Amino acid sequence: MQKNYIAAYTVIKIIVVLTCAVLINGCSPKDGESVADKETAQVTIKNKGSDTMVNLAQAWAEMYTGISTKASVEVSGGGSGTGVAALINGTVDIANCSRQIKPKELELATQNTGKAPQEFIVGYDALAVYVHHDTPLDKITIPQLAEIYGENGTITKWSHLSIEHSDCPSDKIIRISRQSNSGTYFYFREALLGKNRDFRIGSLDLHGSKDVVEVIGRTPCAMGYSGMGYATHEVKMLEVATDADAPYYPPTLENVLAKTYPIARPLYMYSLGEPTGEIKVYLDWILSPEGQKIVEKLGFVPLESN
Amino acid sequence: MNILRKKRTANLPFSETAIELFIRLCGISCIIFVFGIFFFVFREGAGFLFGKLDLKEFLTSVQWQPTSLNNKRYGAFALIVGTFSVTALAMCIAVPFGLGAAIFVSEFCSPKLRETFKIIIELLAAIPSVVWGFIGLTLMNQLIIAVFNAPIGLTMLNGSIMLALMSVPIIVSIAEDALKAVPDSYREAAEALGATRWQVVYRVLLPAAKHGLLAAVLLGAARSIGETMAVLMATGHSVNIPSGPLSWIRTLTATIAAELGEVARGDEHYQVLFIIGILLFTITFVVNLIADLVIKGIRQE
Repeated sequence: MQKNYIAAYTVIKIIVVLTCAVLINGCSPKDGESVADKETAQVTIKNKGSDTMVNLAQAWAEMYTGISTKASVEVSGGGSGTGVAALINGTVDIANCSRQIKPKELELATQNTGKAPQEFIVGYDALAVYVHHDTPLDKITIPQLAEIYGENGTITKWSHLSIEHSDCPSDKIIRISRQSNSGTYFYFREALLGKNRDFRIGSLDLHGSKDVVEVIGRTPCAMGYSGMGYATHEVKMLEVATDADAPYYPPTLENVLAKTYPIARPLYMYSLGEPTGEIKVYLDWILSPEGQKIVEKLGFVPLESN
Repeated sequence: MNILRKKRTANLPFSETAIELFIRLCGISCIIFVFGIFFFVFREGAGFLFGKLDLKEFLTSVQWQPTSLNNKRYGAFALIVGTFSVTALAMCIAVPFGLGAAIFVSEFCSPKLRETFKIIIELLAAIPSVVWGFIGLTLMNQLIIAVFNAPIGLTMLNGSIMLALMSVPIIVSIAEDALKAVPDSYREAAEALGATRWQVVYRVLLPAAKHGLLAAVLLGAARSIGETMAVLMATGHSVNIPSGPLSWIRTLTATIAAELGEVARGDEHYQVLFIIGILLFTITFVVNLIADLVIKGIRQE
């Protein structure tokens, strides 16, 4: 008896659930129609790419969704390479990229989608060299960084930089880097080592701009690089000089715009072909003073024209 | 019996035949999937494996420089060492705990406690690996810095502890089954001879169940080798030959996870990542095969 009762109850439950599902499914298209009647069709702009730019892209998208009635923007990260790969496959409208697109990628995208990606510089990013807040070091030169990070480099200890780091008993510099496909990694390598030298293996390769700063904040022995927008109270940004005789510059808006800070790079957005319709309106808004204000707010450097 | 079956098949209603066919398909699909996956992984990597790849460099060099602009090097030695060392250390932690727990559950605890215990162990197995990774990245990181005075807590030890916690449930449940499979007459005979409980376990049960216990350990190890997310987050992800438990390392699985998302399809780097996949597949296949043979060994005895 008991068993029968339970079985019957289960059957009733299943029927109720199924009915609900059918009802909900049946209703939703009608809802969709009525919304579509009220507003003219909403366009969703898909935007994907660079982890460095993901906060910026998110801030733009949120602001823009409040302003525009016609379009909303969907943002996701994953890295510059991921964004470009999605552009090549034609699954996004705009790819964010913290490095310039490679000729091979350009060719692939044109081949695959029939449209050549169009490039827009939407702001600048200065890569800051971070150390723990208590590190008794304020300045560094590009050749020194090259010896720290480069293959067969000669600087592996803090004492090689002629400082005494009391919070780091092992004296070894723990190099924090990024996963080898990130745009930040590529740019930092090129800025330090040019095209012919690689990074030395054995660095901790973390998976995001924010992680780098977080780990350095907890590790007195560490040194790393990340966008200047990610600075926190636990870390310190070093002043950088192109060589020992040149003046040192801290990563600030003024120095990046004056091009005196040596490790700064443009941030790119790529659309498939000449942007049209809502995508064009969105990109124009990003390049407008209003959009550029957000660039500055998030710790990046806006375009010069503003 | 045979006649009976024939008779039944002849009179079987259609629905019965359909269900039988469906179940048979389900069974076969398993095999198809495994071979399909192997075929796919192999096809993606094969072109480079038999072509330009320097196999000696791949297996013996530590230089993993897949994104170099004009001197690409694919040395996976550090990754292989990383995978094996983190797994070995994880097993050093997991085996005593896992076997100990299995002996306790099967021999020493009351039936009521046993049920609760088993539910909790199953719960431990159900925690997603990314959650373990998160615990490693935050909690265990701080703990290792505090306890060992290490400069950074994202180390091999951290990853091993996470892997140990993940493989303990597997070891416990398989080892417990193995211990249960030892006939009660063994226990009774030992006790009748005046053996203490500990002597029964140590002298009778462990030797009798040794194949099953070994299989439990091997399957636990296979789980550790294949684990990705937790080791990616907890081990520091650094191409490095470890010099001790507090060195940071990178594993084969974590390399695939971190790099595959961003390489162009068909690229050399892409193919090398698939070759790493083939290598992993082979390693876990061999470990599982050994475990299987060991279990078969018990049945034959």
